[in-house]
Amino acid sequence: MSDTFQLDGKPVSFEKGQTVMQAALAAGHYIPHLCYHPEFKPHGSCKVCTVKVGGRTTASCTMPAEAGLNVESDIDEMNGLRRTLVQMLFAEGNHFCPSCEKSGNCMLQALGYDLEVHTAGFRHLYPDRPLDASHPDILLDFNRCILCELCVRASAEVDGKNVFALSGRGITKHLIVNAESGLLKDTDIALTDKAMQVCPVGVILPKRVGFSVPIGQRRYDQRPISAQALDDAPRQADAGGSCAACEGTP
Amino acid sequence: MSKKLRVATTSLAGCFGCHMSLLDIDERLFPLLDLIEFDRSPLTDIKHCGPCDIGLIEGGICNAENVHVLREFRKNCKILIAIGSCAITGGLPAQRNHLDLGSCLTEVYLTEPGLAHGHIPNDPELPLPLDKVHPLHEVVKIDYFIPGCPPSGDAIWKFLTDLIAGKTPELGHGLIKYD
Repeated sequence: MSDTFQLDGKPVSFEKGQTVMQAALAAGHYIPHLCYHPEFKPHGSCKVCTVKVGGRTTASCTMPAEAGLNVESDIDEMNGLRRTLVQMLFAEGNHFCPSCEKSGNCMLQALGYDLEVHTAGFRHLYPDRPLDASHPDILLDFNRCILCELCVRASAEVDGKNVFALSGRGITKHLIVNAESGLLKDTDIALTDKAMQVCPVGVILPKRVGFSVPIGQRRYDQRPISAQALDDAPRQADAGGSCAACEGTP
Repeated sequence: MSKKLRVATTSLAGCFGCHMSLLDIDERLFPLLDLIEFDRSPLTDIKHCGPCDIGLIEGGICNAENVHVLREFRKNCKILIAIGSCAITGGLPAQRNHLDLGSCLTEVYLTEPGLAHGHIPNDPELPLPLDKVHPLHEVVKIDYFIPGCPPSGDAIWKFLTDLIAGKTPELGHGLIKYD
C-alpha cells in the first residue's frame, strides 16, 4: 500500500524512502534535471529540478516524498528559474556547441532547447582550463564541466577507481584528475568504466569517435529531453522504486 | 498595404553563414520583400544604417570597427536581433579568448613557416583587434536572439514572420538549436 502526493495537480504514488524526483520519474512524470541520475544518490548541485512545495522552493531530487505534499513543477515560475540556472551554466563554461562532439547528445543543450533558452544573457566567463589529452583513448575538456560530480560518483562508487574529484572553491571550483601528475594517463581509467558513460555534457570524451552520428539521428534531434528522460528512469515494476547504487551497494 | 518595415543587416566577426541561411528561405524571399525593404546590408549598396525597424546582426565583436557598426545599428534600429552563435556567445571565434592576442598575430604574420618578410599589419586604415571576442549583448542592448550556427532558414523565417505579425517570436523543438 503506497501513499500519494500531488504533482501539478495529479496524484503520484510513492514507496517509503523515495524522493519526490524518484517517485515522479517512476510514475512517468518528468522533472527537469542535470546532476540527478537514477543509478546514483541525489547530489543537489544543479538545482534544475527545483519545485515549489507548500510555497517554498526545494530541490525535488533530495526532498523526501510525503503523503499529501502539494508539489508544483511545470509552472512558469519554476521553468523561469530553471531557464536562469541553465543560462548561468552556459555563461560559466565554454559551451561552443557548433564544434562540440557532444552536440545533439548533450543534456545541458537539450534542456536549453526545452526551456527556450535563446541566449546565456550574462557576461561570459570564458574559463581557460587546459585540455587533458594525455590518455591514449580519452580526452577531457574541463571548460565544459558543470560540476555535477556524476563522473566522480561513478568512478568512486561503481568503478572503484576514484579517478575524478572536484577541487577549489567558489567560481574557481573545477574538476581534477586524481593522479600525482594530475594527468589522466596516470590513472587506471578505462573506456568501459561507468565514469565514461555518465557525463551529461562534453567533458569526458572517447577519442576518435566524435561526429559519428549523422545530424538528425542524435539523441535529442528527434525528441526533446522532456519526452525521453523517462527512458532512463527505473520503473517501480522492475526496480522496486530503488536501485543498487542508491542503496550504496554497487 | 501598410508601410514596409525597414530592415538592416550586417556581419561583424561573422562568417556570412547566417546571411546565407537567411537566403535559405529561398522563394519565401519574395513574400518577405512584400513586407520589408532592406536598408544597409551586405545585400544592398547602402553604406550606413539609417532609421530602421529591425536590425539583424551576425558575428561577435572582435575589433574596433565592429563596435562602431554595432553602435550605429543600435542607434538606428528599433529592434536589434543577434543572429547566430557568434553574435550570441562570441561563438567559435571566441576560442581565441584564452590565447594572447600578440602571440596570435606574431604566429600568423611573423613566425608562420613559409612567410617571407612578414610583418604585423600596422596601417591606421585597419581596425585594431580587441583583446577578446565578445557577444553583442556585452556591448549594447539586444532585443532578440536567434540561436544556431547558423539558425536554419526555417528558424529565421518563423522568427521574422512572427515578429512582423506582431507576435512574440517562438522557435520550439527542431527550430531552436545551438549547433
